[in-house]
Amino acid sequence: MSVAIYIAVMAGVTYLIRALPFGFFQKKIKSQFLRSFLYYIPYTVLSAMTFPAILYSTGSTVTAAVGTGVALILAYFGLPLIVVALAASLAAFLTGLFL
Amino acid sequence: MKTGALFRRGMLHGIPIGLGYLSVSFGFGILAVKSGLSTLQATLISLLNLTSAGQTAGVGVITAGGSLAEMALVQLTINIRYALMALSLSQKLSPRFSLPHRLAAAYGITDEIFGVCAARQEPIEPPYMYGMILVATAGWVSGTFLGAFAGSLLPPRITAALGILLYGMFIAIIIPPAKKHKSILFAVLCAAALSIVCKYALPMLSEGFAVIICGIAASVAAALLFPRKEDAA
Repeated sequence: MSVAIYIAVMAGVTYLIRALPFGFFQKKIKSQFLRSFLYYIPYTVLSAMTFPAILYSTGSTVTAAVGTGVALILAYFGLPLIVVALAASLAAFLTGLFL
Repeated sequence: MKTGALFRRGMLHGIPIGLGYLSVSFGFGILAVKSGLSTLQATLISLLNLTSAGQTAGVGVITAGGSLAEMALVQLTINIRYALMALSLSQKLSPRFSLPHRLAAAYGITDEIFGVCAARQEPIEPPYMYGMILVATAGWVSGTFLGAFAGSLLPPRITAALGILLYGMFIAIIIPPAKKHKSILFAVLCAAALSIVCKYALPMLSEGFAVIICGIAASVAAALLFPRKEDAA
């Protein structure tokens, strides 16, 4: 299948998700279950995307595991997104030098 | 405030977002090219989508040769949070935000832009949001281009290490709230455990569907066990 069609579907769906509620909805979602469910979605989706895929992100499970550890520790201490991301990369890179 | 001043203020407030996007999208560019996409395709994806998690998952679907329905479902699941943010933000728009303005600015609703706009006291004016979106998008798109383009010029050791960049950012997004709320910690651990089970016990399940199933199952469990009381979106 052409990559362009994938990109069009991806962009179209993503835009509609933003534009339909922003343009047309005014009411609030009342169901507590639905609101709770939607509240947790970003966290669960990011978590499912990250684990275990992160271990395969650098081509070496060892460097990836070290990078993951560094990211978890720095994130635990609340460092900014960019610092955590770059430090994870740096840790994976430095570990790779010793392999 | 005049339109120009509002626009400039939006740009100013967008600078930290744009700089952050620049480095993270560099990682996306590398990842996309590694997955077999061209520099142009990677850059186009960033320009049209302006979202890290959705794009990363989308590239996964393309690489795996998934169906278009899978692509649509993956984007819907991962990006549904934008619908919530859009709903919440729609309550604090100035009267100048006519339908065409809303449909134009909707393009730029991201976690960070929502965060900055939602934290403002005054109603959001269209030029303010456009200024911020412009700077953020410039960072996101140019970073992707540079990553996709220079990714092949950098030593393999470095591009390999940069592959972890986006995942590092995802960790930085989920850990601090998980530390603060045990409900989120539960949701995050539940999703990770399910995802690990899917990967090793159900390898025939495509990555995109695995993310949807794990995300939905963990969110349902968390919503049942820890229903949210406050009104916050």
